[in-house]
Parts: sequence; C-alpha cells; structure tokens
Amino acid sequence: MAKLDKDSLGNTFFIAIFLCLVCSIIVSGLAVALKPIQKLNKELDQKKNILRAAGLLASNATESADGKSIEQLFAEFTVRAVNLETGEYVDGVDLQAYDPIKAAGDAAQSISLSSDEDIATLRRRENVSLVYIKTNGAGVEKLVIPVRGYGLWGTLYGYLALDGDLSTISGLGFYSHKETPGLGGEVDNPKWKQRWQGVRLYDDLGDPSVRLVKQRSPSASTAASYEVDALSGATFTTRGVENLVNFWSGELGFGPYIQKLKINGVAQG
Amino acid sequence: MASQKEVLIDPIFNNNPIALQVLGICSALAVTISMSTTLVMCIAVIFVTTMSNLAVSLVRNRVPTNIRIIVQMTIISSLVIIVDQVLQAVAYDISKSLSVFVGLIITNCIVMGRAEAFAMQNGPWLSALDGFGNAVGYSVILIGVALIREPLGSGTLMGFEIIPTVANGGWYVPNGLLLLAPSAFFIIGLFIWAIRAWKTDQVEAPEYEIAPNGQYKEAI
Repeated sequence: MAKLDKDSLGNTFFIAIFLCLVCSIIVSGLAVALKPIQKLNKELDQKKNILRAAGLLASNATESADGKSIEQLFAEFTVRAVNLETGEYVDGVDLQAYDPIKAAGDAAQSISLSSDEDIATLRRRENVSLVYIKTNGAGVEKLVIPVRGYGLWGTLYGYLALDGDLSTISGLGFYSHKETPGLGGEVDNPKWKQRWQGVRLYDDLGDPSVRLVKQRSPSASTAASYEVDALSGATFTTRGVENLVNFWSGELGFGPYIQKLKINGVAQG
Repeated sequence: MASQKEVLIDPIFNNNPIALQVLGICSALAVTISMSTTLVMCIAVIFVTTMSNLAVSLVRNRVPTNIRIIVQMTIISSLVIIVDQVLQAVAYDISKSLSVFVGLIITNCIVMGRAEAFAMQNGPWLSALDGFGNAVGYSVILIGVALIREPLGSGTLMGFEIIPTVANGGWYVPNGLLLLAPSAFFIIGLFIWAIRAWKTDQVEAPEYEIAPNGQYKEAI
C-alpha cells in the first residue's frame, strides 16, 4: 500500500464517518440488548420507592424488617387508575404499561393548567393517574400517590404516602430530581424525610395546607401540625416541594379521589 | 523505549496520576464516601482507560492530526456509555449513587491524558498496559481515601458496620467532615506528603525562596 496521506481531506472524512459508524453501532447495539434488564431494574426501583415512601422499607434495605422481599411487600398494594377530575376509578387501563408522566405530555390525555392553578409548574396535568392502596380488614392502611413538581433545576419526581385516615402524611420520597447536592439535594436525607411522618395534610376546610417553614410554630399549636422544617440554603427547592405536595393533594390533583375514598371506602368505583 | 514492566508499575507509585500529576481529583473527591461505589468507579476507570488507550493506539497511524482529539473523545465517550449502560443493567443501585460521575469519566483528565500523551505514540500492547497501570494508580489512591472516609465517616466498610456508632448504640460519634468532599482533599494531601517523604525525587524544587528577614530600617 502506498504511503497514505493521513491528513488529506478524504482521509479525514473517511476516519470521522467510519469511527462514528463503528461507535454508534456498538453503543446502540448494547443499549438495545440491555434495555429489558434496565427496565426490570427501573420497575423494581419504583416499587422500592413506593414502599419507602409508605415507610414499609428502610432506606437502604432490600427487604422489610420481618424478611419480606420487595415483590412480596408490593403485592400487598392494589394499583388502580384514577380519573383525577372526577376522582372515580378508571377500568380498562393497562396498569403495567400506563405512564402518567408520558400521558401529561399528550394533549389528548391531559389538560393544560393556567398559571394560577399551576403552582407546581407542571404546565400540563394528565387526566388519569395511578394510586397504590394497601388495605387491611378495617379499610385503607396506606395510600401512595405519585407527585411531581418543579424545584430549582428541574422537576422532582416522587411519592407521597398517606396514613389510613387519609389526612395525615406517612412519608414523602423522591426518586428523581436535579437539585443541588448538599443543599436542595437534601430532600433525599432520611432524617429530613422522617419529619414528614405525622404531618397533617388537610385543614378543617379540607384544603391541603402543608407549609415548609424556617421557624416552627410553638409545638402545641394547630399550625405546627401542618409544618415541616425547610431545608437550609434551598429556598427554591423547599418552595417547590411545598407546592407540589399541596398541588397533588388538592383539587386539581388527587383531592377529589381522596374525598371520595374517605366517604365511600376502597370499594367505590 | 520504556520496558513493559516500567509502563505498568511506574504509574502506581513513581508517577501516580493523582499524587504526582494531580489529575482526576474531581471524581476522587466525589465517589470515595463509600467503598462499594469507589470499587465500581475504579473498575469502570480501569476498563475505560485500558480500552481507550488500546483503541486509540490501534488507529493512531490513520487518524488525521487535526481531528485527533475528537477521535479520542468519541472513543472514550462510547466506552463510557457502554460502562454506564452495563452498570444500569447489572448494578442499578450503585449506578444511581454514582449518578453523573460515570458519565464524567469522559472528562477525567487521566483517560484523555494517557490517550493523547502515550497511546498516540506507542503500540497497542504497551498502550493498554499504560492505561491499565495509570488506572490502577488512580484506583490505589481512591481505595486508600475510601478506606479512611467510610469507616470514620459512617462507621461502616462496604456497608458492614465495623465501628459501632452512637446512632446504633455503640460508642463512636461519626465525623461528619469525612462525608463531605473537602475531607478527601486533606487525605489526598496527606498521601502526597507520605509518598514524597518516601520517594524524595518527587519533591518539586521550590519556585522561589523566602528571603531572610532583613534589619528593620526606617524609610528616609
């Protein structure tokens, strides 16, 4: 072979295109091949997050204190699709495949929110979302709802768990967010998450009124029962979390559903 | 021409990428809070550096000089995406806790530095050895840092409790500083000190000398 001029224009183009082809074939081939396993992992992770929000799984554990696996624990939950507007259950939804977040991006399956309604900066809200209910003999034991909203750098995605009385928070956890590590990122701090336990969600009029505050009201007062300590140095994240909790438990979120559930019990719909 | 043994062994202590060249500090601070993430990070860097050096060296005679950095970047990023995808499939929790740092291996100065400085001039076998050696040098420091940070910061090693902490009914009050990135700076600094005390040829000549205090004179 004659000595190749490696700096020629032809060779430059050839190498650039050839390299890109080889690399993209390897990368995309691998991505496609590994997709099923990654999807399983994501589903398992989602189940873990739901269980953690409900306080049934410690933050680093892979099984409960009494040795039940994630699948076993999750099997105690019933997944239902809910029409957010009416609060009624919707039948005929493929619960495995349905993704509320994807639906929110589809104009046919979502509504646009006006700027005063849209306190969690979502722009659009899906019409149908999912709820996870754990029942015991007496009725609802835990209710877990998916929540999301804008923080400082991006949307926080998580789960809010309510106790059986449907007006006390049992836990809150985020599985994906882009907040600053060490400041807003402290939403993942187990100690802070613990503070959500037992906080009252609805006031006497039935409106969601959780507040994240710098200074707690005197502990005996009614106001204190709606309050959670804000995160230091993370004003926007804190505001985002407060808004998203109130949005999703409110009139435009799961409010109508929770009202119906309170009155009718699990059997409704 | 350096011998194979030198190429492989030198970067571990004599020419350590972190301790002597002070490269790759960013990830060394970030992932050393726990030993398990550190080990995964080390394996990932060893894989990426070895393979990228090998690949860059294989194409070095064909790559036009003016696009060589882009070519190296493309090879390195493809390898990093491969690592990221595999981690997401087989070690999802660890890949979540490493989050962006796997992706940031692309910008790890060691990978790029070895590709440009060594693999562009040497044959595939030597380059692969060099990449491996440098990544091991990086790993040695990272594991050393994690070995100090995890037990003293959270009382555990690989997630198992080795010092009973007060929170779990023991006696040890964890040192919160070791959970924060700056602590790795101190530890790496101490490592550099130790290595230079042992191998004195690594000590750099001072850039200037402080003049002795002169006699105080009143301005005239």
